[in-house]
Amino acid sequence: MTQSFDHPLEITGTPPPMVSFRNVCKAYGSLVVLDNLNLDINAGEMVSIIGPSGSGKTTVLRMLMTLEQINGGVIYVDGKPLTHMPKHGKLVPANQRHLRQRRVDIGMCFQHFNLFPHMTALENCMEGPVQVLGMRKPEARARCEELLEMVGMIDKKDQHPSRLSGGQQQRVAIARALAMRPKVMLFDEVTSALDPEVIGEVTEVIRKLVSEHNLTMLMVTHQMGFARDISDRVCFFYGGKIEEQGPPSQIFGNPERERTQQFLSAVREAI
Amino acid sequence: MTIVEFLSTYWPRLLTGTGVTIVQFFLAAFLGVAISLVMGLLKLSPNRMLRGFAISYIEFFRGTSLLVQLFWIFYVLPLFGVSIDKFTAGYVAVGMNIGGYGAELVRGGILSVRKGQWEAALAINLSPAKRMWRIILPQALVNMLPAWGNLMIELLKATALVALISVPDLMFEARQINGSTFLSAQVFGTALVIYYLLARFMITPFMRWLERFMARKLGMV
Repeated sequence: MTQSFDHPLEITGTPPPMVSFRNVCKAYGSLVVLDNLNLDINAGEMVSIIGPSGSGKTTVLRMLMTLEQINGGVIYVDGKPLTHMPKHGKLVPANQRHLRQRRVDIGMCFQHFNLFPHMTALENCMEGPVQVLGMRKPEARARCEELLEMVGMIDKKDQHPSRLSGGQQQRVAIARALAMRPKVMLFDEVTSALDPEVIGEVTEVIRKLVSEHNLTMLMVTHQMGFARDISDRVCFFYGGKIEEQGPPSQIFGNPERERTQQFLSAVREAI
Repeated sequence: MTIVEFLSTYWPRLLTGTGVTIVQFFLAAFLGVAISLVMGLLKLSPNRMLRGFAISYIEFFRGTSLLVQLFWIFYVLPLFGVSIDKFTAGYVAVGMNIGGYGAELVRGGILSVRKGQWEAALAINLSPAKRMWRIILPQALVNMLPAWGNLMIELLKATALVALISVPDLMFEARQINGSTFLSAQVFGTALVIYYLLARFMITPFMRWLERFMARKLGMV
């Protein structure tokens, strides 16, 4: 495992990468999920992560959202350490307070939406701005209504999640994450739990985000066509490492590595 | 003496006794719910000291007899300089005892909320206290209400023990009447029916209503 003191207190550069994984390791007991991962994501870049299950794709997002603890290495967001904090000129593992301060830059959407069932669509979106950012309710409402409009859910804003379809819930979840104005958005298999006929309404929203907003996005997906269409870069994960990465035309059109070829042909087979 | 004659003679005492029982029930329920919430949360605390405190509390109040606890609070605490009047000692003992059971319901209810809810609450960066209070507890409450209905009926029946430290509740009045008249079948039969009616027509309908009310309020129908 790499010691954190090998890593700089801050990443300089003009501009620094929005997200930087440096020698990141993650293991559950003896099972190594991420093995010395190095990955830089630039501001405004849309990066897709593909790969077989168990390859560590989702763990990358969960570590960035601070849902999992890091076992080795450092993650930087916007040049500053996320998983660690400076103390006496060295990096030490972050405490809860540091994590709370740094987490504001990151938003996440989940495979199973995870909307709060006891709140309406609008209340779900307003929860963060009001309770975390301390916004006044009218102001938060205006911001959230605008976002619900953007995801096409404004006419359902007063419905509880139990009254919404999966695709509708996921669109509300995207609006909820955006309401916090994150710099980095994470999408964790956001269409995997959806019925085929509603996948399009969610991917449409993500396409819109890519084309109209300068957000940095990291997406784990099984939809290869979608990943090819919207990504600036595609990372193929295998066994906790990046086996191959590059522009979608290269990964999908002319993959160099054998494992990438095998994976993609297996996926095409399935369709 | 027929039951009609019995009731027409002794109804005022049975009625005041029932009134005291109801007051004891509500005070003990209020205290018990508050203790349950605190101990249930403490038992899930990452702090070992707090968790240990909650575990000791729950083990003590669930693991020992309510009657002995009642006698301790009323007869033994004064030896250490803490005197509590019998009315207070009654509902405090029952409430603290029920709190031990309720704490486990609260803990179970919290653990029954899906993991994704915790993660979503963290992803929007809610503070730990707000995560619990605004996101997890409302959902936990809905999940644990049916079990609370049961516990409330247990609580009502447990209040009968306060008669043994002379709180003038229904059971106390029944014993007094029995002592002077020896109409055991009539008096204890009536007491039995009154406890049943309170449970069946006061507690159960209220808890059912509360379950429906909460489910509707939380949009979980």
